[in-house]
Amino acid sequence: MEIWQEIIVAAFLVIAGIFGIVGSYGLIKLPDPMTRLHAPTKATTLGVGGALIASMLYFVFTTGFFSFHELMITLFLFITAPITAHFIAKANLHTNVDRSQVSPTGSERPWAGFESDAAREIAESRGAPDK
Amino acid sequence: MIVTYALFFATGCYTLALLMNLWRVVKAPGVPDRILALDTMVINFIAILVLYGIIEGTSVYFEASILIAMVGFISTVAYARFMLRSNIIE
Repeated sequence: MEIWQEIIVAAFLVIAGIFGIVGSYGLIKLPDPMTRLHAPTKATTLGVGGALIASMLYFVFTTGFFSFHELMITLFLFITAPITAHFIAKANLHTNVDRSQVSPTGSERPWAGFESDAAREIAESRGAPDK
Repeated sequence: MIVTYALFFATGCYTLALLMNLWRVVKAPGVPDRILALDTMVINFIAILVLYGIIEGTSVYFEASILIAMVGFISTVAYARFMLRSNIIE
């Protein structure tokens, strides 16, 4: 490998390591559950993306063959990270947040995490189990 | 030569990150935090696997990383779904 190729790969590796450790440290350090959601889902995903790009460049520079495997993993992680974050946020909203403390939605329907509760309350107020 | 030191640095960073996630799994204030820590552990493990692939100089580990990424995503969604509805497949 040439020296400039080594420098590029090393820079991507160092960036990946720093982002990974910052994301995991934020998971411990940040104060409440909703802010704690930010650190792993953003920083760690970017860190893994950096590691995968470094790996791709390394194999291009050493063997001369270009492979799309790493881009596939990066794409998969970038697609799935917001979905997992959304699900964990909904679970957190469902369990830890007080129903009377949330801000209004601006419509008749409640927030999506509370919607099953609202449907159950309506069914119970009608007095009949909905089958 | 620079790449070797950068690999050591990145592997050390991700090892520390995994240890912090393990600490978070053990000492979490709530169940959603535990799920989040497990999801982060999966992502960090994928990074370690990719770095190990660079160290060994083979691209065998990418298939394993893809599989682990898929299993991790599905298990996280299943955990969150179980917390929301107390049921996974309705």
